[in-house]
Amino acid sequence: MTALSIRALSKRYANLEVLKGINLDIESGEFTVLVGPSGCGKSTLLNIVAGLDRASSGTVEIGGRVVNDVPPKDRDIAMVFQSYALYPSMTVRQNITFGMECRHVPKAEQDAAVANVAKLLQIEPLLGRKPSQLSGGQRQRVAMGRALVRDPLLFLFDEPLSNLDAKLRVEMRMEIKRLHQRIGATIVYVTHDQIEAMTMATRIAVMHHGQVQQFADPDTVYRYPANLFVARFMGSPPMNTMPARLEADNGGPVVVIGAGRPDEVRLRLRGYDVAASFVGREVVLGIRPECIAEGSRVFSGDAPIVVSAPVEMVEPTGAETMVLLRLGGEAAMARITPDIRPTLGASADFALDTRRICLFDPETERLIA
Amino acid sequence: MTNAVSTATRPGRPAISGALRRLPEYLTIWVPLLLSAAHLVSFSLWTIWISFTPSTLVPVSGWVGLRNYTAVLATRNWKIAFDNLLLFGSAFVLLSVVTGLVLAILLDQRIRGENVLRSIFLYPLAVSFVVTGTVWSWLLNPGVGIQKLVHDLGWTSFKFDWLIDRDMAIWTIVIAAIWQSSGFAMALFLAGLRSVDADLVKAAQIDGAGPFRMYRRVILPTLWPITVTVVVIQLQFAISTFDLVRALTNGGPGIATQLPALVVYDLMFQRSLLGRGAAAAVLMLLILLAVLLPYAAWRYIQQRRATHA
Repeated sequence: MTALSIRALSKRYANLEVLKGINLDIESGEFTVLVGPSGCGKSTLLNIVAGLDRASSGTVEIGGRVVNDVPPKDRDIAMVFQSYALYPSMTVRQNITFGMECRHVPKAEQDAAVANVAKLLQIEPLLGRKPSQLSGGQRQRVAMGRALVRDPLLFLFDEPLSNLDAKLRVEMRMEIKRLHQRIGATIVYVTHDQIEAMTMATRIAVMHHGQVQQFADPDTVYRYPANLFVARFMGSPPMNTMPARLEADNGGPVVVIGAGRPDEVRLRLRGYDVAASFVGREVVLGIRPECIAEGSRVFSGDAPIVVSAPVEMVEPTGAETMVLLRLGGEAAMARITPDIRPTLGASADFALDTRRICLFDPETERLIA
Repeated sequence: MTNAVSTATRPGRPAISGALRRLPEYLTIWVPLLLSAAHLVSFSLWTIWISFTPSTLVPVSGWVGLRNYTAVLATRNWKIAFDNLLLFGSAFVLLSVVTGLVLAILLDQRIRGENVLRSIFLYPLAVSFVVTGTVWSWLLNPGVGIQKLVHDLGWTSFKFDWLIDRDMAIWTIVIAAIWQSSGFAMALFLAGLRSVDADLVKAAQIDGAGPFRMYRRVILPTLWPITVTVVVIQLQFAISTFDLVRALTNGGPGIATQLPALVVYDLMFQRSLLGRGAAAAVLMLLILLAVLLPYAAWRYIQQRRATHA
């Protein structure tokens, strides 16, 4: 069943177009993450879905019902805010029951629902406290409790982890994911953090300039980014992108970085199906840092491809060593095993995984292979 | 520019040039602050001293103990002034807070012309109390004001003569004081309403709270600190009210609208009883402290709690 369906949705403020014809279909039980840099329109989109903002045109359907003119309280949604938005004068229990109080749910039913949610989130000892007496993580939990107790068709999360410190954020991230798996809720989650998107989502909608750039599962978004923006936004450090030249050699496509230079790098692409119109033209080559490793690494596949490249910078992180090198004169980040520390300025051997190279059209910036 | 050059060419004396550069700061902040503090403290102490002396027309030394105080407290004038202060103070504070809050909530509905209305409501604050008192004394005067207007419109049995009614005259002061200062309460409350976290309102909207429940349960509880501030400011205004009453009723009819500040004025400058006037003034100071000290304590506790949290 389609839980949320957004059709040709636009939002204009005077002469500023914040959302440009958004189309999204979200299935029931999905964990959809809207991710994008700040100002991409993701929060506006969420507010329109919640009914807190109005669309300039287009429709929003929740559970098969057009809700454009339905007030937020009747949309069967619950929302978790970045600032938690807990009512400061109420206790945790009152915060959780406030919605039911507004809907005149009988007291006994309220108590049962609170007990249930408090147990699920392990906030039973906090029920009598005020929000000001809670830590950030506890507030976050209460905010989720307030949403969960409603048992809505759709959960909306607006950057709920942004105010937490790094350690707590990782913990809560796992907890939200576990919660989703346990109760099978439909969630739309807004964040600017691509790691949150990758780790939690069943499908990611990458947004930029008020448009959905790509809407797909995390693996697809990571492996086949629809365009250069997605390629550079997802992943940390992002995908290396560099100009290259596509040639045909013995029938198979070959991509050349720094063509004509003494240190040009020629990479044969196996199993790639590139439109003939691109042969002989400039393209943008994208290769993820983890696809460039120390020379001794064997990426599964037939002949390993090893190139010698000058090392410009070495950043040991503990779990791995990041190396900035030059491929045919173009800068690229490599992710190598932590115990190897190449010498600065000297050349070293690097193995390349050419099966996971992406090619983009330099004009449209779209993925071509 | 020349200053910077001269300091740069004399690197040996940075302390003096630093002090020189901060001279305007000292002159504009510390000198007036010290002067006013010295005046406040020295004249308060002087008044307290006078209140224990047998001074009449001119200050004289001598010690009469609490005789001035017992004399003032025993007069009917002071008793009425004190009762009036209780009634006027509580009615004025309560009503101006309610009026200010209602105006602020109405203005908070993102209505058209908000700026104009806000200025109109706030404007009375810019008018001197003497002007307010005089204008309201005309408006409330049965012979020329509202009553006359309604009579002229044809409703001849209409009666609105509180100004000359011994029991109701104090309410005319309440009305004028509210007109003067509820705009101020409104401005503070409006600022408070505008600083309420927008997400809080959104959350309550999704929870399904109607406007009434939204204000009562979610928004107004966040306004407590502002309410306390408004109440304290209005209370200290109420306690020291002088010019408004002087212009509006001059304490009358008879002494029906007497207030402590008028008693002080009366004793000191009309009956030439400096000692008793000073005693009445010190009594006013004590009433003021009874309001301000709990407020200071409350602020202190709030700050302690905030830093501990």
